[in-house]
Amino acid sequence: MPMRRVDTDVSRFRRIVRGQIRKNLRKYVSQGELKTLQGGRVVAVPLPEINLPKFTFGDRGGSGVGQGEGEEGEGVGSEPGEDPGDHELEAEVTLDELAAILGEELELPHIEPRGRQNVVTDVRRYRDIRRVGPHSLRHFKRTFRNALKRQIATGTYDPAAPRIIPQRDDERFRSFDVSPVPESSAAILYMMDVSGSMGTEQKEVVRNAAFWLDTWIKSQYRNVATRYVVHDAAAREVDRHNFFHLKESGGTKISSAYRLVDQIIDADYPPDQWNVYCFQFSDGDNWSGGDTTECLRLLDESLLPKSNQFAYGQVKSAYGSGQFKHDLDQRFGDDERLVTCDIPDRDGILDCLREFLRRGR
Amino acid sequence: MTLPPELVRIRDAAREAALDFGLDFPEVVFEPVDSDELNMIAAYGGFPVRYPHWRFGMEYRRLQKTYEYGLGKIYELVINTDPCYAYLMKTNTLMEQKLVMAHVYGHADFFRNNAWFAPTDRKMVDVMANHGTRVRRHVDRQGADAVEVFLDHCLSLENLIDPMGLYIRRHRAEEEPKQELDADRLAAGQVQRFPVSHRYMEPYINPREALEKERVEIAEGLRERESFPAQPTRDILGFLLHHAPIADWQADCIDIVHEEAYYFAPQAMTKIINEGWACFCHSRLMTTRLLEQKEIVDYADKHASTLATQPGRINPYRLGFDLLHDIEDRWNRGAHGKEWTECGDAERMRTWDDGSMDGLRKVFEVRRVHNDQTFLDAFLTPEFIHANKLYIFGRDPRTGETVILDRDPATVKPKLLQQLTNMGQPIIELVDANHRNRGELYLVHRWEGTDLREDFARQTLRALHAIWTRPTHIETAVEGKAILWSFDGSEETSKDLGKTLVGIGA
Repeated sequence: MPMRRVDTDVSRFRRIVRGQIRKNLRKYVSQGELKTLQGGRVVAVPLPEINLPKFTFGDRGGSGVGQGEGEEGEGVGSEPGEDPGDHELEAEVTLDELAAILGEELELPHIEPRGRQNVVTDVRRYRDIRRVGPHSLRHFKRTFRNALKRQIATGTYDPAAPRIIPQRDDERFRSFDVSPVPESSAAILYMMDVSGSMGTEQKEVVRNAAFWLDTWIKSQYRNVATRYVVHDAAAREVDRHNFFHLKESGGTKISSAYRLVDQIIDADYPPDQWNVYCFQFSDGDNWSGGDTTECLRLLDESLLPKSNQFAYGQVKSAYGSGQFKHDLDQRFGDDERLVTCDIPDRDGILDCLREFLRRGR
Repeated sequence: MTLPPELVRIRDAAREAALDFGLDFPEVVFEPVDSDELNMIAAYGGFPVRYPHWRFGMEYRRLQKTYEYGLGKIYELVINTDPCYAYLMKTNTLMEQKLVMAHVYGHADFFRNNAWFAPTDRKMVDVMANHGTRVRRHVDRQGADAVEVFLDHCLSLENLIDPMGLYIRRHRAEEEPKQELDADRLAAGQVQRFPVSHRYMEPYINPREALEKERVEIAEGLRERESFPAQPTRDILGFLLHHAPIADWQADCIDIVHEEAYYFAPQAMTKIINEGWACFCHSRLMTTRLLEQKEIVDYADKHASTLATQPGRINPYRLGFDLLHDIEDRWNRGAHGKEWTECGDAERMRTWDDGSMDGLRKVFEVRRVHNDQTFLDAFLTPEFIHANKLYIFGRDPRTGETVILDRDPATVKPKLLQQLTNMGQPIIELVDANHRNRGELYLVHRWEGTDLREDFARQTLRALHAIWTRPTHIETAVEGKAILWSFDGSEETSKDLGKTLVGIGA
């Protein structure tokens, strides 16, 4: 399509929207998950009104003149006087764009995939035309163009009464062709402590952080798989919903989760084909010093060599001692492959994201 | 794009019917466009070639979304030019195109004949295109960001014009030089001479140069105390254009916004009567001339949805249409004037008929002389308010719900008129551009019961400051208490003025 005049103005407007999102990023990050649309490719970001300020009346005290049925004192049935979308603007932003804004604001480097061979996959694109196909894919323009050609050729076209009737032979259908595309893949493995000491608020923090981590990593790889592991004294794999809502109680054995994640990686995400990311969230209490030693051993021998990045986020809770982060830092203090971060509350999420992602691994 | 043959047929029929009905319009150029083009043109206020600005992009995205989600569709768009351009949605059915064309001829007739449109420039397409070129040139020289920021400031002040100034000559122009003279004369009378005993001593005791010097000083002092501008003005944008310390390109931007604001003002002033008249015309032309039998149900459906009311708001199409019909009916029956109003018997008033059949002439006259406010003021009768179920709504203080407060015509009418005053914008005057003798800008909001929106007002003071470069003030009231909001370049302040105002109708 040729560049239209309005496109310049739309892009200037989008720049303002982007600026607004950037300005309010901390708020979005701490507030909660954003509404996703169109199968998760687009998110709706609530924005404060973008408008030119003027000397105007507010809502006139919510009063005015209307027309219709009803007794005095009866409700008018809707909020009057305002056009839909007048106040709250909802900007639709693609996940890629959102990731770009996050990247700009946090000054994140782009991730360089580890030097692994790229897997080649077949990609189907609808960019072919065929003579047969389902009606839902009929190419309207081409079909009618063919019919017009035929009618002109056979002399049945009358310009004064232009009726075009396509026949079977005129019909054209959209179809796909297949092309190989190199693919870089990433696997994100989330681990969360769901023992009694992790409350709803802590899980909310983890959920928000996970949304933004997903968003960023998805923007960097073509193909991203996500798996979820919860643990108390024992670990098991759950789906996304359960991951964020499961409430367990009892003790905490972090090594159980490490072992399970290790198994998952070995089974499904061989590190020579996948970029593996592990994100672990906990309030920092572990069962015993013995288990912690076991954890450090697992990390050192197995998990760290297999992952691009292993990140540990310690969510502050009323019960957690925070000992685990201390142990990790002591053992792996300046190892690039492992990052740790304290998340005191929701407002700490943004800083945690920066900490986790700033190495660009 | 040329009109397809089936639309040409419809247009010719509609045009002929419109002329026979007595409409008088410039040539109307119909242009069928698809939804996207129409949204684009609508975003630019009907002019596809305007200066670049993000708010047009925002409006375009909004219209696009409204259309995509099926929340609203524009059938046509017509602009006040000669020839008159009308854009038709391509996807309209033939019946809809017929309806829309009849409607457009109504608008075209209104633009040409309504007195309030008389001062508008009918070559506005070219003017707007020139504005676009000028702004683009400034963008090339100053950079897109600088121009955008400045245009944002100007557009924040877009409603600070004097819409009635188009029709009256304000006396300001002749008075200013006269006052200058007054200061000189007054000063001459105030110069102090020392008493002299002998006339020959005069040049020594009261030397001419000293007297002259003193006179000039006094005159200057007097002038300083004089207000500037001499009279409060509502054309604040125009004032800034001539008096603000700005660069040429900035003045040019103000000039453009100023000119376009005045061009659009008559449209904002005549929403109800203009749409009412267009509906009146399409209804008359369709039902008496253009409709085929098979189209009647579809037409009735479209017409009804155009005139549908929603709770808590006035549909200008509906109100204008019904009121014009009421006028036609009353003047057909002679149901107007002193004798009718004072007959005192509701039933006699309702069935009054002197057979004068003067309705159509009266309606044509009304479309020539009235704007929304005078139209409603003159013709909105208590009977009409009652029959058409107009009401005042407001918030129930206990539940916070919006409820119907009052259906009494005696309160509904003033409320409606108040809502339409100054096109629904607050009346704001520039009273002093040399406030406290420090070149500060002092504005007064003529408060009549409705408060300004404070956060917007604060930002607008900043926009004003950005252009004027000296502190800016606006005197207004919050819930009846007079207050002064100021911005001095770094700080926003509020000052209680210790006065209590009473709103109209309070």
